[in-house]
Amino acid sequence: MGDRVISPDHTALPGSSPPAAAPPSLQVDDLAFAYPDGRQALFGVDLTINRGERVALLGPNGAGKTTLVLHLNGILTAGHGTVTVGGLAVAKQNLREIRRRVGIVFQDPDDQLFMPSVAEDVAFGPANFGVTGEDLRARVDTALATVGMQEHRDRSPLHLSGGQRRRVALATVLACEPEILVLDEPSSNLDPVARRELAEVLLGLDATMLMVTHDLPYALQLCPRGVVLDDGVIVADGPMRELLADAELLRRHRLELPYGFTLS
Amino acid sequence: MAGAGHGHPLHLAGTSPVHRLPAEVKIVAAFLGVVCVVLTPREAFPVFGGYLVLLAAIWVVAGIPPGWMVRRSVIEAPFVVLAVLLPLTGGGPHVEWLGLQLSEPGLLGAWNIIVKGTLGVLTSLTLAATTSLRDLLLGLQRLHAPALVVTIVTLMLRYVDVIAAEGRRMRLARISRGHDPRFLWQAGATARGVGSLFVRSYERGERVHLAMLSRGWTGAMPRLSETPTTRRDWVAGLAPVAVALGLAVTGWVTA
Repeated sequence: MGDRVISPDHTALPGSSPPAAAPPSLQVDDLAFAYPDGRQALFGVDLTINRGERVALLGPNGAGKTTLVLHLNGILTAGHGTVTVGGLAVAKQNLREIRRRVGIVFQDPDDQLFMPSVAEDVAFGPANFGVTGEDLRARVDTALATVGMQEHRDRSPLHLSGGQRRRVALATVLACEPEILVLDEPSSNLDPVARRELAEVLLGLDATMLMVTHDLPYALQLCPRGVVLDDGVIVADGPMRELLADAELLRRHRLELPYGFTLS
Repeated sequence: MAGAGHGHPLHLAGTSPVHRLPAEVKIVAAFLGVVCVVLTPREAFPVFGGYLVLLAAIWVVAGIPPGWMVRRSVIEAPFVVLAVLLPLTGGGPHVEWLGLQLSEPGLLGAWNIIVKGTLGVLTSLTLAATTSLRDLLLGLQRLHAPALVVTIVTLMLRYVDVIAAEGRRMRLARISRGHDPRFLWQAGATARGVGSLFVRSYERGERVHLAMLSRGWTGAMPRLSETPTTRRDWVAGLAPVAVALGLAVTGWVTA
C-alpha cells in the first residue's frame, strides 16, 4: 500500500466548528470491515463531520467508498470500530432512528424510486418512520418544493427525465428530515443543465452532507472540505481546493482533474 | 388521476361514479357477480339476458362504449372454439339442425360455457376498464391480501417498464453489432441476452432492496391512500350484485 498524506488541520477551517452543544453529525472511529469472503475493505477509518459541513468523499474505484457509506446507516455492520450519527451509535437497537438520520441518495434513481408515483415515493420514507396524515402530506409537499418538483407529484418516475428523477430521489430522502445527507455520485448521468440545477438545489439546502464522487470539479463547487479514501483508509483530509491543487496526491490515488482544468 | 402512466391496455380512463368507486368494492362486487352467474342454472335462458342488461347499464353509467368492450372480449375466442365442438362430439339424444346431428346435452353444455364465460369476461373487463392497476393494488391491500403479494405487485408495476427498456437497449446494442438472427440456431446471442437481463434485474432487485431498507422499510408497504371507504361506497358498489342475486334466485325458482 502507498504512503499516506494526512492533512490534519481541517478542523481549523472557517465555519466548520460546531455549535458548542451539538454532537457531530457523523463520527466514524477506527472502522474496519471485511466482507464474508475475507476481502478486507476498510482498515481503520476515522472521520468526523460536524453539523452543517459539506464534505466530498473522493477515491478511486475499489477504495471502499461504498462500503463506508453502507456502514453509515447500518446496512453493513462494523467488524471493528464505531459509527455514531448525531450522538447515536449505529447499532441494531437504534437501526430505525439511524436510518431516519442518515439519508442516502443512491447512484441510480431507478433503484431508489420504486413506487407508482412521485408523491407516494416521497411519502414512503416518512411513512415508514411513523409520520401519518396531515404531517405526512406536509413533509411530501415541502420536500418536493425544495427540489422544485411539486408539479410532477402524481407522475410515474418512469416518465421523468434523468435530472428530475435525481431530484425526486433527493426529495425522498429529504422528506425523512435526515441529520446527514449522503449522496452517491450525484452528478453521474446528468446533462450539464441538470447537473447545475442539482448543484443549485444542494447548495440551497441547510444540511450536513457527505458526497461520494469521482467528479472533482463538482466536489469543488459543492464541498469546502474533501476526504480521500484509498485502500480502506483515509489518506488525506483538508480543504477541497488544496487537495485538488496537490497534483502528487491526486496522482498517487488515481484521481485526476478533467482535461483542461488546473488549480493553483 | 394519481398514478398516471399506469394505465394498462384494458383500462379506459374516466371519472364516472364507477371509476371513482374504491377498488376493493369493485373487486368484491365483480367476484360476487361472477359467482351469481356461475350458480345460475343453464336452462334459465332469460336470466342470462338479465345479467347482460345489468352489465350494459353499468357500462352506460361508466361511459364505456359497448364496441370497446366487444373488441376486448375476443380474448375469450379460444374457449368459444372449444364450446362449439361439444354439440358435435357429445352423446345422448340428438337434434337435427341444417342436416347436422347435434347432441342435446352437448348443445346445453356449449351454451353453458359460452354464456357464463362471456358474462365472466365482460364483468372482469368492466372491472379492468374502470380501475387502474394502482387502484387494483390499493384494493388488494385493503382486502388484506398478503403484504408480500402487494409488495411484489407494486415493484412489478414499477420495474416491468424499466426492465423492458433495459432489454430494448441490449437488443439495440446487439443488432448494432450486426446481429441478425434469422434461424433458430442463431438465437444463442438472444438467449444469452435474456440471461444477462435476468442477472441484471436480479442485481437491481438487490439495490432496490438496499435503498428501501435505507428508508426504514420493515416489510410492509405503507398505505397507498388514506381516503376511507364509506358505507355508501359499499352500498353503491354492491347494488348491482343485489340485482344479480335476484336474477340468480329467479333462475333457480323458474328452472
